[in-house]
Amino acid sequence: MDALDGNAIGGLMLEIFSAEMTTATGTCAGCGAVAVLAEAIVYLEAPGTVARCRSCDSVLMVVVDVRGTKCVDLRGLSSLEPAA
Amino acid sequence: MARAAVQRRLTWQVATVDDVVHETPRVKTIVLDVPDWPGHRAGQHLDVRLTAEDGYRAEREYSIASAPGEPVAITVERLEDGEVSPYLTEELRGGDGLELRGPIGGHFVWGPENGGPLLLIGGGSGVVPLRAMLRHRERAGNDLPVRLLYSSRSLDDVIYREELDAASGGVVEVIYTLTREQPPGWTGHARRVDSELLNEVAWPPDEDARAFVCGPTSFVETVADGLVALGYPPVRVKTERFGATGR
Amino acid sequence: MSFVSRGFRGRRRDSDADPNRVPPGQYVTDGFPVLSAGPTPHTPLEEWTFSIANGGERKSWTWEEFRALPSETVTVDIHCVTRWSKLDTTWEGVSVDTLLEQVEHEAPYVLAFCDGGYTTNLPIEDVTDGKAWVAFVYDGEPLDPEHGGPARLLVPHLYFWKSAKWVRGLALRDENEPGFWETYGYHLYGDPWREQRYSGD
Repeated sequence: MDALDGNAIGGLMLEIFSAEMTTATGTCAGCGAVAVLAEAIVYLEAPGTVARCRSCDSVLMVVVDVRGTKCVDLRGLSSLEPAA
Repeated sequence: MARAAVQRRLTWQVATVDDVVHETPRVKTIVLDVPDWPGHRAGQHLDVRLTAEDGYRAEREYSIASAPGEPVAITVERLEDGEVSPYLTEELRGGDGLELRGPIGGHFVWGPENGGPLLLIGGGSGVVPLRAMLRHRERAGNDLPVRLLYSSRSLDDVIYREELDAASGGVVEVIYTLTREQPPGWTGHARRVDSELLNEVAWPPDEDARAFVCGPTSFVETVADGLVALGYPPVRVKTERFGATGR
Repeated sequence: MSFVSRGFRGRRRDSDADPNRVPPGQYVTDGFPVLSAGPTPHTPLEEWTFSIANGGERKSWTWEEFRALPSETVTVDIHCVTRWSKLDTTWEGVSVDTLLEQVEHEAPYVLAFCDGGYTTNLPIEDVTDGKAWVAFVYDGEPLDPEHGGPARLLVPHLYFWKSAKWVRGLALRDENEPGFWETYGYHLYGDPWREQRYSGD
């Protein structure tokens, strides 16, 4: 299964953040690259949803659906700002 | 009142299928009646969710094929090994319910306020959100120049062919490339979109065109890299990947 | 009662399977879904090694050395935490016992490490006594990169996320340190028969 991009998790992000997040700007905690979430590399076919930095491949965000609750790990992002 | 409206938009709701329209042997457009639809922007998508009697669920996303102001519609390609697309293209019928949420997306969107000229490059079903942009431009009475470069396997696989042929003329250019099979006498392009084809078709970088590239991941990456190599600033190249075979 | 999509059944599921072979909450599939948390690595075989890391010590095998070890063909059922199970899958691999025999160790746990950075943790008794292999052939063919080739860990009695793709070694550990999915909420052990999907199950 090919990797997708952050557009593919627009709905998931809307559910978690109650806001449009594909245009949110994230800073990769791994390499410092700054990009909108729409440009992240996204893997959907897994035990969880993984978004990776397009510059360095490190994990930005992981979402696991644990018995109906979405558990979000954002440690791979040193910042995440919704668009103004 | 307003708060209730916002909540509605963020959650799953059941729409009713109004019509299922044949586009190509593998592709259908599903026109929906969505209660309290808040409106959408060209390029946005819907999340669709199917639930079987035993509770088994499958979820997919589909770009909205219609322009803002038109009834909500999605265009679905039936994938060989698909789980959801065969249901949507072969089982679903008028009157059925379809659970969805949306509209979703704020990045891969275009409206006249975003300017142009427009360079729209689609591979296979990647043409769907681009068609919404074209229809939106038309309905808004906008006259920004637009070039659509549309890559398909064959002429029979070209979605919206009549509509696109009718739309072309004046500042609207529709360029097809047929990668696997061409009809006799075909004088158009007959190969995958490569840097040579991009060089021919794309606006030169100093036109400051807004580029939207959509389709399978490998197609999008080749084209986006190609545009940047031509001199397009990355911020002018917006991408939406569908994956090689969908889900 | 939530909405039900008229006429939707999902992928055809093999319901003739012996129910005793299907753990709770699973369905049997004919396919072999590819699930991934990252890009598929493509390490050239001449650079590939498998190692057992034991504190400061490391025992490594090159691909040739690894392939010269005795291997066996096994037929096992596999169970993915995303609910699909596949019965009677055939693999060829080197038993983890064969690899661990070469190293003196007393560690209670291992952490499998892989190209691309994936890790998963296991108690040592779950990878010994014929329970685990480093597999390089699936269904009679060299293991495809999208399924973990050139070699992956194979631990069929646990959920398949423990069968780490693109495995490059086992680090012997005193602590049961959570690996990739375990860190993000999945169960530390992962027994499909007790439906141990998530931490706390």
